[in-house]
Amino acid sequence: MAGIPHDHYEPKTGAEKWVNSRLGIIGLVYDTLMIPTPKNLNWMWIWGIILAFCLGLQIVTGIILVMHYTPHVDLAFASIEHIMRNVNGGHFLRYLHMNGASLFFLAVYMHIFRGLYYGSYKAPREITWIIGMLIYLMMMGTAFMGYVLPWGQMSFWGATVITGLFGAIPFIGEPIQTWLLGGPAVDNATLNRFFSLHYLLPFVIAGLVIVHIWAFHTTGNGNPTGVEVRRGSKEEAKKDTVPFWPYFVIKDFFALALILVVFFAVTAWMPNYLGHPDNYIEANPLVTPAHIVPEWYFLPFYAILRAFTADVWVVMFTNWITFGLVDAKFFGVIAMFGAIIVLALVPWLDTSRVRSGRFRPMFRWWYAIFIVNFVVLTWVGAMPAEGIYPYISLAGAAYWFAYFLVILPLLGVLEKPEELPETIEADFNAHYGKSSDDAAATPAE
Amino acid sequence: MIKKIALTAVAALAISGGAAIAAGGEGHIHDVQFSFEGPFGKFDQMQLQRGLQVYTEVCSACHGLKYVPLRTLADPGGPELPADQVRAYSAQFDIYDAEKDVDRPRIPTDHFPENNDAGAPDLSLMAKARAGFHGPYGTGLSQLFNGMGGPEYIVSLLTGYTGEEKEEAGTIFYENTAFPGGWISMAPPLYGEDVEFADGHSNSLHHEAEDLSAFLMWAAEPKMMDRKRTGLIAVVFLTLLTVLLYATNKRIWKPIKKAAKEA
Repeated sequence: MAGIPHDHYEPKTGAEKWVNSRLGIIGLVYDTLMIPTPKNLNWMWIWGIILAFCLGLQIVTGIILVMHYTPHVDLAFASIEHIMRNVNGGHFLRYLHMNGASLFFLAVYMHIFRGLYYGSYKAPREITWIIGMLIYLMMMGTAFMGYVLPWGQMSFWGATVITGLFGAIPFIGEPIQTWLLGGPAVDNATLNRFFSLHYLLPFVIAGLVIVHIWAFHTTGNGNPTGVEVRRGSKEEAKKDTVPFWPYFVIKDFFALALILVVFFAVTAWMPNYLGHPDNYIEANPLVTPAHIVPEWYFLPFYAILRAFTADVWVVMFTNWITFGLVDAKFFGVIAMFGAIIVLALVPWLDTSRVRSGRFRPMFRWWYAIFIVNFVVLTWVGAMPAEGIYPYISLAGAAYWFAYFLVILPLLGVLEKPEELPETIEADFNAHYGKSSDDAAATPAE
Repeated sequence: MIKKIALTAVAALAISGGAAIAAGGEGHIHDVQFSFEGPFGKFDQMQLQRGLQVYTEVCSACHGLKYVPLRTLADPGGPELPADQVRAYSAQFDIYDAEKDVDRPRIPTDHFPENNDAGAPDLSLMAKARAGFHGPYGTGLSQLFNGMGGPEYIVSLLTGYTGEEKEEAGTIFYENTAFPGGWISMAPPLYGEDVEFADGHSNSLHHEAEDLSAFLMWAAEPKMMDRKRTGLIAVVFLTLLTVLLYATNKRIWKPIKKAAKEA
């Protein structure tokens, strides 16, 4: 598949030849596993495997949970308790599924931030990036709908608030909201369609993951230097790469095992730490929880949504210039979706021709602030919208947009990149050369 | 780099703990040491039985436990009542049998009775539906190691009455230092010495409240012992796997790195 020259599959035994002349599946698997991979990949390149594992985990545990779950407003909450108390191993399966969502999002953020630092999105890998963004969007939708299924207080009110965002769109908003909910408010129809879609979307994601992998197998992997693998001949390519199997499969599995130790510790010993106690109260349309807070992985965007209140001058100006069509609520919704759109458009917003942040002295600082800003937005998203918190949200949201719309386009022009290594081989050899015995313990970075 | 990843993971956990803090109550919750806290914590069987007694003799007058099957009173990792005691305990509550159109005594496969008479909330999940003690110093670290603090909340609530009362729109409210807002419509249910424990354990107000909270934690999370044991096995084996994969990884990369060194 890859554009990097390498040895392709040759059937040897009679059985292999028999299959191969009818269906090229062995060759497909072989070429996928043996793809030449830059040998200087560091530990930030492990998150893909973690994500694949998470998708598998969520699908497998999810399918078993569905066997015991009842999607009905009167029965859903009790059926979860049935899983927790009566189903063999049901309590552990459910906690794995709950906390699996958190691991999934932790991994996807690491994966995305890896891409942002090393310029993984730059030509010719834009399609890989866009597919990835689609997967991320679908993950958010799936996680949100999954959170509604236990039919607890936070499920119900989270669904009410988030679908209410669509209601903020002028004229067509309310009909859209009604259409999404299947009625005037969150009710049985909503629960049923969310259940249906929560089951469907993971398989759509699985399909997109295949396209995602296909795309970067076409271009070849990126790597921490951003220097491309030499493709002149097989011999040349071999100097820059090693086959994915076994070198990176084993490395990634080691990382996966290490992460699973932590994951199982969290799941078994503090399974509710990342959740909300309110979700152990059955949904009640008549009682609103004191604070409606989304799951942690939505908090940065929740902070951006709430940042633009009616007293912010940008909001007032937009309101005035659109004759009141865009009010604070709608502005917040636009900002939230806009935050994800600018992230998706980064291949065209970043003007620098150097891929890796390693060789971009100014970019590195702005990127560090971007990461800190993301953490701050996550924190402030969980805080009540009063006192100093809305100002922090606003500053964070402003930086988010400034980073993508101003800083990245300008840096490409203003910045003088450092010298890039000639080849991946040179980078690898420099790293593992005589000088760095101890660095060999933790390869590359 | 691994260090960085680990730090990030801990930071992420700590931040998301903030979400739980924001969603919690505002009353004063004090820390209580329970036997079931931490990865190796276990329910104290005698404490659960005492808690069951407090629940049966006091709480069940107004509250129910509708999600808890009576048979689980005999399950390992719970109060572990002998089977005949579970049968006798079940039989004291009646249930309507729709098939025969009569009331019959409950059997162990039935659930605890539901109780809506006084409009009091069901207690099946109360110990998980509340959070408490975000300490020390509001860091939420206690929750990371000891659980979300639902039992702490219940103890604080039951011992948090100040004795002040007020009447609003025909309802009497009682001042309580643990309840969000400070005024609760539940009259003080426990005063101390409300029940006599067969094992001679102290029946002071705080002890009764602790025993009851432990019982309600079990009622909310009956598989906790199971879960912690499964986790321990998983963590031990996964650690072993991690070590093996580390060694394998070292080994297969050795020639590649050696070649780089000699280059």
